[in-house]
Parts: sequence; C-alpha cells; structure tokens
Amino acid sequence: MSKILIRGAKVLGGEPQDVLIDGETIESVGTGLSADGAQIVDAEGQILLPGLVDLHTHLREPGREDSETVLTGTRAAASGGYTAVFAMANTFPVADTAGVVEQVWRLGKEHGYCDVQPIGAVTVGLEGKKLAELGAMHESTAGVTVFSDDGKCVDDAVIMRRALEYVKAFGGVVAQHAQEPRLTEGAQMNEGVVSAELGLGGWPAVAEESIIARDVLLAEHVGSRVHICHLSTAGSVEIVRWAKSRGIDVTAEVTPHHLLLTDELVRSYNPVYKVNPPLRTERDVMALREALADGTIDIVATDHAPHPHEDKDCEWAAAAMGMVGLETALSVVQETMVRTGLIDWAGVADRMSFTPARIGRAEGHGRPVSAGEPANLTLVDPAYRGAVDPAGFASRSRNTPYEGRELPGRVTHTFLRGRATLMDGKLA
Amino acid sequence: MKRHLISAADLTRDDAVLILDTAEEMARVADRPIKKLPTLRGRTVVNLFFEDSTRTRISFEAAAKRLSADVINFSAKGSSVSKGESLKDTALTLEAMGADAVVIRHHASGAPYRLATSGWIDGSVVNAGDGTHEHPTQALLDAFTMRRRLTGPDDGLGRGLDGRRITIVGDVLHSRVARSNVHLLATLGAHVTLVAPPTLVPVGVQTWPCEVAYDLDQVLPKSDAVMMLRVQRERMNAAFFPTEREYSRRYGLDGDRMAKMPEHAVVMHPGPMNRGMEITAEVADSGRCTAVEQVANGVSIRMAVLYLLLGGNEPAVATPAASSRTEESK
Repeated sequence: MSKILIRGAKVLGGEPQDVLIDGETIESVGTGLSADGAQIVDAEGQILLPGLVDLHTHLREPGREDSETVLTGTRAAASGGYTAVFAMANTFPVADTAGVVEQVWRLGKEHGYCDVQPIGAVTVGLEGKKLAELGAMHESTAGVTVFSDDGKCVDDAVIMRRALEYVKAFGGVVAQHAQEPRLTEGAQMNEGVVSAELGLGGWPAVAEESIIARDVLLAEHVGSRVHICHLSTAGSVEIVRWAKSRGIDVTAEVTPHHLLLTDELVRSYNPVYKVNPPLRTERDVMALREALADGTIDIVATDHAPHPHEDKDCEWAAAAMGMVGLETALSVVQETMVRTGLIDWAGVADRMSFTPARIGRAEGHGRPVSAGEPANLTLVDPAYRGAVDPAGFASRSRNTPYEGRELPGRVTHTFLRGRATLMDGKLA
Repeated sequence: MKRHLISAADLTRDDAVLILDTAEEMARVADRPIKKLPTLRGRTVVNLFFEDSTRTRISFEAAAKRLSADVINFSAKGSSVSKGESLKDTALTLEAMGADAVVIRHHASGAPYRLATSGWIDGSVVNAGDGTHEHPTQALLDAFTMRRRLTGPDDGLGRGLDGRRITIVGDVLHSRVARSNVHLLATLGAHVTLVAPPTLVPVGVQTWPCEVAYDLDQVLPKSDAVMMLRVQRERMNAAFFPTEREYSRRYGLDGDRMAKMPEHAVVMHPGPMNRGMEITAEVADSGRCTAVEQVANGVSIRMAVLYLLLGGNEPAVATPAASSRTEESK
C-alpha cells in the first residue's frame, strides 16, 4: 500500500502537523515531514481527529433493506467521518444469534467502508423474556461485547439483573434503552406543555429516569458496568451524575439531535421530528450539553435510524420514529459544543472516538494520533458552513431533521486503516 | 378570513366574532320555508371521515347543502383507506376530483394540519375533529350557543363573551372539544375553568389560558355556563378513575348540583351524552340544557365557516342582514 502524507493538519485542534501514513499505520507525526513519493493531502486549516466511532447505529440489514443496508449505512458512516459503527440488533431477524451477528459483521468487512461491530440482542426476539445466547455471540467471529434490546427496554428487573451479571464473564456491557413501557403506552412526543396543546400522547421524562435509576442501582448491586443509550432529560443527567459520584460503573450517550432540537418543533406535526426518545425541552437540551462537557455523559452516539420516505410522509401518529444522523453528527456537535466553547476538538475526539471505542472494546479504534497506531483518521474542515442537503446523503434514507438548516463543519477525508474511504468529500 | 380552519387558537377575536355574526345570518335562513342559499353553487365540499361520526358529518353535509355546494362523503370504512391507503394518496385523489374544501375528521392529532400544509391539496381544509387535539367548529357552535342564550341573538351581534364564566367538566385530557373551547372562549374574553379529576387533566395545562379546579361544587355557583364533556366508561379500565359511580358522584351533574348554578346559567353538552354518567336524565331533559340547540346551531356555524372560507366577499344572504334585523325588531 502506498504512503499518504497529511500536511499541516491541526491534530485534535492543536498546532499544525504532518502525519505520514504507511500502509495501515501511522508512520510518523511531526513538522516538515518529507513527502518522499507519498500522496499528499493538503490539510491546512483542517482538524485531524481519530476516526469517529458510533456506538449506536441502525443499519437495518437484514430485513429492512428498503431503508438502509450495511453497504449504504457504512458509506454514510464514512461520509460522516466514522471508521467504526456498532450496529443495533433490532433487525429482521433480530440479531440474537451468532448467525445473524456474523452475517452483519461479514457484510461490513466485505464492503470495507467502515468497521461494523454488531450489537447482540439481550433477549430472544427483543421480547424481554428470555436471555439470548450472549456467550455464543461473544465467541462468534463477530466478537460481540455490547448487548442491547434497543428500540425496546429490558424492563423486567430480573432479566436486566441477570444480563448485567452474565456478561461480566467476558467483559461485555448491556446498553439499556431506558423506557418504562407502561408509562409510555401510546406515547407520541415529550409530555409537557407542547403535548398538552397538540393533543399528542405524552412520553414523560420519568419513564426514562425511573429505569436509569433502577439500572444504576442494579449495576452497583451486582458489580457490573451498564451503558445508557440516548439519554435525553435533565433528570437523567442528575441520576447518572449521582451514580458516577458513588463509583457506579455507568456510561451514557447523548444523540446529536437531543443536543440541538426541542419539542417546540413538533408543533409543525412534521414526522421528521418524531424520534424515540422524543425531543425534549430547551432546559433538557442545555443540561445535556453541560453534562457532555463535564463528562457526566461520556459520548455522542448517533442513533442513526433510517426510514423510507413513505414512513415519514404521513400523519404524525402513523409515522415511524427515528432520524438519520451519521452524516450530520460531527456538524451538530461542532455547532452545539465547540462553537459554544463547551468543549474543544480534543474533547470531540474524546466524546466521539476514544471513549465510545473504549466502552465498546473496538480494537484498533479510538487510538491516539501517533506513530505506530492504526491509521483510522478523520479530517474535518471547521470553517465550512452550509445548508444540509439530504439529496447528497450516502444513506439510503433522507429522514433528517436538518434539511435546509445551516451547520458548520464538513468531513473532507476519512481513512480506514490507511485507506481513504472518503477523499475530498467523495466516497471511494 | 384564513384559508383553512385547523385550530381555534388560530382565530383572532375579529375572526371569531365574524363567524358568530355570520352564523346568526345563517340561522335566520334556517327559519325560512326554503332553507337554501345559492352561495356555493358549483363548489365541491368533501367530507373526509376517517372516524365514524354521523352527527358531525351530517351537520357539515346539511351546512354545505344549504349553501348549494355539491357534497361528497368519503368514509374511510369500506374505502381504499381501510385497505391501507395513505392520507397522502387519499388527499391526492380528492385533489384530482377538484375538491374546493375538505372537511376532515381523523383519529390522529395533527392530520388536518398535515393535509393543509403538506402541499398535497389546494383546497381549504376544515378540521372536524383530530385525535385529542382540536374540534374548532364545535367550539364555535358552543360559543354561538352561549352568546345567544346569555346575551341574545340580536344583542350579541358584534360581541364576544367578555367576563362570562364558563366551566368545562370532565375528560379534558382526551378532549379535542375542551382544547378548542379553552382557546376560543379565552379569545372571546370569557373566564374558563376546567374541572376534572387530576388524572384527566394533561400535564402541561399550566400554560393554557384557563384555571383548573378539582371540586365541581365550589365552581358551580360562579358559572354562567357549565359544559359537561362525554366521559368514556372504558377510561376506568386505565385507572383514570376507580368506578363509574364514583365518577358520577364527584363530577357528574345531577338536579341537586344544577340547583347550585345561578338561575340564568345554562348546561351544555357536545353529545353524544352518557346519561347517568356525566349527566343525569333530569338535567339533560331540563330547559336549561342546550344540547339539542347546539346541534341546530352547529349547522349555522358550519354554514358560516364554509361560506367565509369559500364564498369570498359576496354577501351570504341576499337581503342585507341589517334590514332583516330591523324588521324583526319592529
């Protein structure tokens, strides 16, 4: 494999440096590195980050190839600067056996745009009743370490306790979709002032917070680690903060959309804003940003949830929940966290690469930008500003809440083990 | 006047008073031997009903027919909608047939708003009740009924309901009638109090332009009108209240409670009534209950709405309303 010299990039937002890639690894990092026949990427003014890692992606294959496939989803990931994504288990069939997780893992390898690490279901068929063969999924070629019934909550306290205990044997982690099912029957949006006016069924914050409170206490009791998916309320932040102060081994993620959008948007009844957990209030948004800045929330995860047009081009109640996010995540984080001064680019690297890789045990990802490390890298032009145009998405689906919205930053290059999956904004 | 009627919250006081005044003109037409006006001849009004509601549908149908419009009734049951056709495709079909107005009843909150704003159709959209969101023509006919009863058909013209104390009792949480009424009555200057068990009041109600009370007996003596909402018996299965009987005892209107109301105060009900649940037969059949009058007024209000949305600037009634009033007052 040939050499690539990235010239003048601000590594993690620091002083401009050259980074020489040789084959699959970073050969050297320094100033005034000699090109020596290497392909040159002029990165003046650009930020160099470790390749982004998404702990929460829906790739939809197998079963819903009309909304996304491993190929289109990983192309979207490469476009967004990601070198590894964790694929959620709510496919058809559900990823609750070694066979399904190996299929998804293999498809990721074959396409080569982004490493795909399948997440295994906690319970058979996501039904919350019987543990799936977690050990078999871990021992499979896919080497599953993250387990989640995402889309559904593991609401049975005993099943949750057992799962937390069981995966300790092989260093796994359970990622909980915190949603008390009875409190959210018929729920359509955040319960509050706006839902009262619009007459849409309410999804109360307490339905998330009560499950998180229970699960951090369970994790403490059995000495396990637990990960909280898409934390969305100010109250959840308080609970996680308390749990961490007690030494409980809990990590949490926030989605880009929960850092930017509020339930006021639902007044349009436009289902592009329908998502689970729902968009919350301004107060929640501010609490989430602060928590991501101070480390209470560990990472940003996209919850990239592609849906075909017909599932959104309808009345609110009939619409599917979810938004695509891989191709806009970094821009939203720049807008909400960097531009506001809450974190710097090193903080972005931490929240979107180092820490998600560590939580998910993604080998070779989330590594420092230094000699000898795998060349999983992302270049972003922070000065760019432009309106989001879904027609240009690599994802098969277009259900973005940001259409026409001006956002900063643009990923120009993504390198997966030294190979450019995205070059000058174009997919390889 | 706006192009659509989606929410009572969209109406200014002038809009609302204009609709009520126009409805008075329409009501006079109903007293004539020939109850028909040529105003909307050649226009097509579609009643698009995704939910069964014979009462509302025939009210709109009568209103459109009295204005000489062509009426098409499109019921979701037994149509392609029940075979999974989307709201969009149904809308495109109606558009292709040249609907000038679509009166829509839908089980999903916001469906009329989507219909009006998605670019699927060009015609006017009238919300005839969407999910648990709004039912603006019901609120208008309620306000019309109150103005007639409390102020008078003639004296009320040009006026709102300033200073009137209106009490709305029952399942506010699931009621589109309550939401529309709170907005409209506040716009017209009335003081609204909602009375319900706390389980049937939405979280977030604090921003509504009204008060909330839990004790009906305390509110009744200070009410000019008491509107009883229909309460579905099945709600008790979801623990909104323990039993039918307990609900009736605490929030139902019977003869003893009605006696606590001021003498001039009226009892209203949007129908259909659950006799023995939220209202006793004694109250429902008393002269103070306006339920039947509300149905008649519904036709006048819907005529006024269709006329104002579709009829343009020409007078609705050939004889100027002012002169007919003068004659009546002689």
